[in-house]
Amino acid sequence: MAKAPLATGKFLLIFISWWAIWAFLQVSLLIGFGLAPTTALSDSLVSNTLVALCCGFISNNMQYYLPKKERYWYILFISLGLSGIILLACKAILVPLLGAKAGFIDYGQFFSRSWAVRYDIVFLQVGCMSILSVLWYASEEEQENRQRRNDAERLSKEAELFKLRQQLAPHFLFNSLNSISALIGSQPEQARKMIQQLSDFLRGNLKKEDQQWVPLSEELQYLELYLDIEKVRFGHRLSTEVSCEEDCLGLRLPPMLLQPIVENAIKFGLYDTTDAVTITIRARKIEGGYVRIDVVNPFDPETSRPKKGTGFGLTSIQRRLYLLFARPDLLETHVENDLFTTTVKIPQQIQQSPQSPQSSQSPQSPQSPQSQQLP
Amino acid sequence: MNNANIPPASIKAIIIDDEPLARMIVREYLGAYPEVTIVQECSDGFEGIKAIQQHHPDLIFLDIQMPKINGFEMLELVEEPPAVIFTTAFDEYAIRAFENHAVDYLLKPFNKERFDKALRKWMEKRPAAAQSTGSHTGAGSSARDGSEANRHHDADSEARPPAGSTEALLETAAQSPAQQHRIVVKTGGKIKIIPLEDIHFLEAADDYVKIHTHQGAFLKNRTMSFFEHALDPTQFVRTHRSYILNIQQVTRIDPYEKDSHLCILQSGAQVPVSKAGYVKLKAVLGL
Repeated sequence: MAKAPLATGKFLLIFISWWAIWAFLQVSLLIGFGLAPTTALSDSLVSNTLVALCCGFISNNMQYYLPKKERYWYILFISLGLSGIILLACKAILVPLLGAKAGFIDYGQFFSRSWAVRYDIVFLQVGCMSILSVLWYASEEEQENRQRRNDAERLSKEAELFKLRQQLAPHFLFNSLNSISALIGSQPEQARKMIQQLSDFLRGNLKKEDQQWVPLSEELQYLELYLDIEKVRFGHRLSTEVSCEEDCLGLRLPPMLLQPIVENAIKFGLYDTTDAVTITIRARKIEGGYVRIDVVNPFDPETSRPKKGTGFGLTSIQRRLYLLFARPDLLETHVENDLFTTTVKIPQQIQQSPQSPQSSQSPQSPQSPQSQQLP
Repeated sequence: MNNANIPPASIKAIIIDDEPLARMIVREYLGAYPEVTIVQECSDGFEGIKAIQQHHPDLIFLDIQMPKINGFEMLELVEEPPAVIFTTAFDEYAIRAFENHAVDYLLKPFNKERFDKALRKWMEKRPAAAQSTGSHTGAGSSARDGSEANRHHDADSEARPPAGSTEALLETAAQSPAQQHRIVVKTGGKIKIIPLEDIHFLEAADDYVKIHTHQGAFLKNRTMSFFEHALDPTQFVRTHRSYILNIQQVTRIDPYEKDSHLCILQSGAQVPVSKAGYVKLKAVLGL
């Protein structure tokens, strides 16, 4: 429920000031017409108090009933009606009170002659207040709606990001366990090593859910762990080349962003091929404050056909990058002969200290700070 | 391995899995069954098809996720599919649909007990003919004699042709999301993978369905209703008893005789549209 305008101190002050000005103007006007100062003062106080009460009533009640846009003409009738009531009340109070007093002018007659002007003024005052109230409440409502929409959007964005991070392939897990099971009989040492690798991998996966941006070096180590496990599963068929320029190791990026890209490379480069394959990961710093990471995998043109645009299963990463940076152009793919290259560029936040996680961005500002700092 | 060295009455098995360690564990578990001979191990579906044609195994252990063609697609291309035990990391929900059709499925990782159960289940259900040849060596082997008689009895009552069950399996498999983006056909001994977007239309041709693509037409030993159910109904419409067309290929629909229409495709081909087919086509195209 929106707050009534007169319930806020600032507006109450403005309202009282206006009332005082009106009352003062009316006193001067009535004296000018030849009424005694006390009569003029009483007249002005009574009629303006009635108008003020009425205005307060209107602005308060519109809290509970606000006419729809197509029914704004109701306001006109309400104002006309209320003005009439005010005028009648004025007459009922003032004429018996002041009419008895002697003066240059008979007050009863004066009131009768001035009723049209009075009605005009009262109607203007009440009408203005009604319109102001309607505008006030409409804008309050609009603001509330916007807030609600923002909240809903933020929640769904967070949920979506969470979901996109979450997709650890169950195939990978169960197939790895199966490999361990096979190794236990013949090569228990190797089995133990693989259990260790798988545990480290899973631990990293769990830890990263609540962590925000991570250093590239850590992410690459984690990917190597993943690739090592795949090497055990597929034996000599998989080899990897991971290279990173010295000055990149400390750069940061959102967690679990490279993981699905490499998983995708493995899926098409390793699971869907039969020959020996090499998966290459290269990271370097490029101009404009980005870290650029290329993941290269071979693919079998006979069975899989990279689509134009993002190709393969990269849409969720594209979506995630869009949610994080509000940009659609950070993920690119490229096909040359039988090699598929995925390139991702991560904007580096210059002002971001290692401790300030990206979560601090979302609740207040709908736009992420990253996108505002982009060149 | 050489076919001639195998005693004729033993059970021939093939393991098809792309991971060496996964094949190793099946081999290890099979070590406890002297009557089962592993005639070959294959690391993809193409090899699997060749091996099956060459050795005519009684039983195959088949992984589903494999390079080139998956386990289901491989089965589709084998003319007389042997009995199948799936070994897969597919989640249980996805594989449960096949429970009634396959001999059994083993979810990776599986233990020896589970493996034994699957193998015994198959041995008990083997058709009587195969069983009787098998029992000659079985009788000579050892302490298995007692159970052999029981098994024989069970086999008579529960025997069912493995080919029939595999047929039903393939129907289910074709509807799984894993293979809704391509069709695998065999043409002149070679295997061809046709992405669905390359298909112009399908045409009934006796016991086959003729798949027209920009690379020519391919025959597949399936029925029209099989494809009608397996293909995405928002992309493929059965416009006629004998025709299913890819709506992406439609350029024009012309009236033709009474109550019927002709659909002109991008390739210039003209596909008949029946009265009922026209209604369906209009609904899918949003006309």
